[in-house]
Amino acid sequence: MVEQHLRFRTDEPVADPAVTVDSFAQQTNAVAVRLEPGDDARDLLPYLERLKLVEVNFPAFTEGRGYSSARILRESGYVGELRAVGDVTIDQLGALRRCGFDSFAPEAPLSDAEAETALLRWKEVYQTAADGRAPIWALRHGLAR
Amino acid sequence: MYVYDQYDQQMVDTRVEEFRDQTRRRLDGTLSEEKFRPLRLQNGLYLQLHAYMLRVAVPYGTLSSRQMRMLGDIADKYDRGYGHFTTRQNIQYNWIKLEDAPDILADLASVEMHAIQTSGNCIRNTTSDQFAGATPDELTDPRPYAELIRQWSSFHPEFLSLPRKFKIAVIASETDRAAMRLHDIGVKIVKNDAGELGAAFYVGGGMGRTPMIAPLIRDFVPLDQFITYSEACLRVYNRYGRRDNKYKARIKILVHELGAAEYTRQVEEEFAHLLTLNIEPPLAELERIKVQFANPAFEGGLSDSIGLSNPAFARWVGINTAPHKVPGYAIVSISLKPVGGIPGDASGEQIRVMADLARDYAFDELRVTHTQNIVLPHVRKADLFALWQKLVAADLASANVDQIGDIIACPGLDYCSLANARSIPVAQKIAQRFADPAKSDAIGELKLKISGCINACGHHHAGHIGILGVDRKGTENYQLSLGGSEGADCSLGTITGPGFDEDGVIDAVEKATDVYLANKQGEERFLDTYRRIGMGPFKEAIYAKEPVNG
Repeated sequence: MVEQHLRFRTDEPVADPAVTVDSFAQQTNAVAVRLEPGDDARDLLPYLERLKLVEVNFPAFTEGRGYSSARILRESGYVGELRAVGDVTIDQLGALRRCGFDSFAPEAPLSDAEAETALLRWKEVYQTAADGRAPIWALRHGLAR
Repeated sequence: MYVYDQYDQQMVDTRVEEFRDQTRRRLDGTLSEEKFRPLRLQNGLYLQLHAYMLRVAVPYGTLSSRQMRMLGDIADKYDRGYGHFTTRQNIQYNWIKLEDAPDILADLASVEMHAIQTSGNCIRNTTSDQFAGATPDELTDPRPYAELIRQWSSFHPEFLSLPRKFKIAVIASETDRAAMRLHDIGVKIVKNDAGELGAAFYVGGGMGRTPMIAPLIRDFVPLDQFITYSEACLRVYNRYGRRDNKYKARIKILVHELGAAEYTRQVEEEFAHLLTLNIEPPLAELERIKVQFANPAFEGGLSDSIGLSNPAFARWVGINTAPHKVPGYAIVSISLKPVGGIPGDASGEQIRVMADLARDYAFDELRVTHTQNIVLPHVRKADLFALWQKLVAADLASANVDQIGDIIACPGLDYCSLANARSIPVAQKIAQRFADPAKSDAIGELKLKISGCINACGHHHAGHIGILGVDRKGTENYQLSLGGSEGADCSLGTITGPGFDEDGVIDAVEKATDVYLANKQGEERFLDTYRRIGMGPFKEAIYAKEPVNG
């Protein structure tokens, strides 16, 4: 089975398997970790320097905690790969991207064309999030960088 | 009122395009119903007993006549000629075809309206005071703050898959007309000792099967931190709200289980972090919005006198109008509760009549109330008689606002797939029982609310008299409660005792009003008398054995 991997980074993907948060804290050479919905993303903050890949699992596409986990990591300065895995669907891609995900490994493959349409759909956004896009209020008041 | 700029328009247009694409994928089978469900819900589309139901957002309940006319046209073109105004200041249509939904959304977008996030586990339409901008008792118009929330909460990428739905209300007066403390977040705009405006945050209220009155968690959030604080409240909920049990997933349960103090501590910690990220729109944005809610061009020097020689008109004026902040003007409530009608329903034609009346008499503005009525916020007193005559002609002149006939009722088993019992027939029978104006006037203010299931969409917990329909061994059974209030004196009703059948509950309501009339002192309302004398006398009368006649 060829795993689909939509990736918006230019660096080489990390080959190491992602380990649980507990294992990660104990293995001082680990660079990839997998966050489950109940994990606290802030537990990873002491290790940001060595982290290269964070997989955030969406066991169901209605599970929303991963969006906050992603933003918290980006807000704290994490610049490595942030990969959404599990039940990731076309219609979530835009919001996930805004929360800082730059890589997607959905368990059911997505149409590349539909993924592209979904990601390009929203020309403007109302809020500041983790993607650096200037919100509409910034455009209105000439505050966009 | 708020007018879209190019950005707002582009957002709703894009949403129409997106939903058209999602609907196409559903109809051609690419998208399963399971995957489509949350998508259609975030566009207000429910699958009900008989058809799809579409819920259209009316942000903070404010409409222009052009928007109102479109709502009437949609009722005729896509529904069976009716719209149903809801307790969240929205309107819903009960007979929608899935394939029409994208076209309806496109029609709505053409008048700066949408159905975004009117259902689903996301931040819903923000509600407000239906008298905003017109009432003398407000500190400021609360709607600019609600509009700021509308924009922030629309498509917020972090909060589209919350544990459960999330409802926000904003008010700015001591008289709470929006049931503010029965919301997930209730915001009250207040002034501090330095004379600056800010926002008091009440978090964790709600109705449903576990009703809670929201505790105050912050008495003053400066206006330049308003959105940041809201974001902190939501993030703590998104991360820690329960997801294991749908019935324990609302924020009220989180706040209750953590305790208000601990929830507040977590919010403050998140708030301190978010303050460093500059996510707050500048105050200039609030000012830009505020300008659009400026007063219409009120005339000065108008007389306050109203010719009241027609008794039916005089009675309507006494019951359905409220004081306005400008001399010579009144706030008019149009009751959508005719005796025997369906609470909150209006025909396409009636909706267009109300649109025309707003254009001709009310500076082009209307409001939807959480009590399922319509308000014309700014009417010259000199025009009231002409307006009333036109309302009479359209069967819109019921004089019963805040009286026993002004019932809030959910759609109940007649329409809703969740309901256990019918609500509408009970509302109709009660209205008929108290149809005599003399009887209704003697009772005065009495807020009666009916829900057809434990989810409490009919706000029965907050009714001076509340009725809850349940299914008891296959038959409909109605529980009665007394003493609830949605106002500034917010309280939850207490169940009287064993439930009743449909006719029995109507008799019980009448007995409760008899107890009130027999015990009323001075100007006391039903609620005041109940609070003074307690449940005892009511219970005694309601459950008294009927004398057996030889």
